[in-house]
Amino acid sequence: MTGISCGRIGAMVLRYVYLLRGSWPRVLELVYWPTVQMILWGFITRFLMTDSSLLGQAAGLLLAGVLLWDVLFRSQLGLSVVFFEELHSRNLGHLFVSPLRPLELIISLMTISLIRTLIGVGGAAALAIPFYGYNLFELGLPLLGFFANLMVMGWSIGLLVAALVLRHGLGAESIAWAAIFALAPLSGIYYPIATLPGWLQPLAWLLPASHVFEGMRAVLLVHTFRWDFMLYALVLNVLYLGLGIGVFLATFRVARERGLLLQSGE
Amino acid sequence: MTEAVIEVEGLSKHYGQVRAVDGISFRVAPGCTCALLGGNGAGKTTTIAMLLGLLLPTQGRIQILGEDMLRHRYRVLPRINFSSPYVDLPQRLTVAQNLTVYARLYGVRRVRVRLAKLGRELDIEPFFQRPYRSLSAGQKTRVALAKALLNEPEVLLLDEPTASLDPDSADRLRSYLMDYQTRSGATLLLASHNMSEVERLCNQVIMLRAGHIVDTGAPRELIKRYGRRDMEEVFLDIARGIRSGEVTP
Repeated sequence: MTGISCGRIGAMVLRYVYLLRGSWPRVLELVYWPTVQMILWGFITRFLMTDSSLLGQAAGLLLAGVLLWDVLFRSQLGLSVVFFEELHSRNLGHLFVSPLRPLELIISLMTISLIRTLIGVGGAAALAIPFYGYNLFELGLPLLGFFANLMVMGWSIGLLVAALVLRHGLGAESIAWAAIFALAPLSGIYYPIATLPGWLQPLAWLLPASHVFEGMRAVLLVHTFRWDFMLYALVLNVLYLGLGIGVFLATFRVARERGLLLQSGE
Repeated sequence: MTEAVIEVEGLSKHYGQVRAVDGISFRVAPGCTCALLGGNGAGKTTTIAMLLGLLLPTQGRIQILGEDMLRHRYRVLPRINFSSPYVDLPQRLTVAQNLTVYARLYGVRRVRVRLAKLGRELDIEPFFQRPYRSLSAGQKTRVALAKALLNEPEVLLLDEPTASLDPDSADRLRSYLMDYQTRSGATLLLASHNMSEVERLCNQVIMLRAGHIVDTGAPRELIKRYGRRDMEEVFLDIARGIRSGEVTP
């Protein structure tokens, strides 16, 4: 699409940074849940290590899983919840009589989602080092690939949730919190996809997250970086992100047909 | 004939069986201040929303500043702006933050200078650092107007610009709008329920009822045609479906 302006994207990111900066409980909340999860799974790991040869081989298996899962969760939430701010503040009317294009809004939402995830999960990952002597960053370059794929998958789901709420109003807001958990059992965060019943496995392989977590286990257990997993995740993400953007833009058009941009927040 | 700044032809918005706006056509000349008048549900806000591109018409054509709004709205949007007490700005941001964000969205150069100027002119500088949510309704209206003037719009659409203001503030704001129009030559289109405001500000009136245009003209012309003392009485006649000369109260 032509005419995308970095200036307008920057303006929207600034709007969300102002929001974050103006409320310390919001910043605290970003770090709080990932840290609580990390602490909980850290203790579970310690306990299981006494009796598990698998965890004996790779002590960080569960911790890496929980931290990377939080990347996906925070990425989705970071996009949807920030979009809801516009609905709560009944600001869409002003935004879309300005030259801001829907795609620019989407890019700014992705940017702030990245910032929020880096703060939240980055904080928890850093705390895991002194707490459990576990350094997620030791995954090295593959970590970047895992992180990028999970971020993009989170954005795709976030856009679908945002579209749903734009269409049906803030009554559908709770879906933002629940949507991702429906995919958790299929993503193989803590167990290989082979653990799932045979009929469920093809469905699981349709999720980029499944490939990421299998790839993570390959790095941690056999010290091999599996390009095939990375490639599958990438291709699926391109498809899902295209779908997410398409659905959001189509819903935006429906909102313009039905006058929802002026009624948002009600 | 001068080319119209706003040109609307056969504009309709239907929601199922409900015809919110039904085939209206009008033109607004450059530098004109035009009022869209009508009772609740007459179609004023729907018309403004369609002019801005927030609402897609069922049918019809909208041309603003020579551009087709349905096909090329992004060429027009940087040159127009809008204010309404019914559309909020982000509540948690301060006034200065809100205006900075919108100034950047409109590509305003020298943002601080522009904000300072508007702050002085609209007397909102004292609460620049306050969250938008903490302002009174009147203060919010002035901030919303400052947002609407950030890009020095050639066309300004205002939905009830003085709805929540006390008489003194409303009077100042009207003076400011008149001054802005004189300085900039901008075209103003406003929806209002305040008839003395319409008499003072507007040189064209479009009367709407049930989605149709029922009359148009200059305020003085309408007052004379209806044989009334002011626009308030003209408004009541039209809103109640009493045409000039048909009923003598």
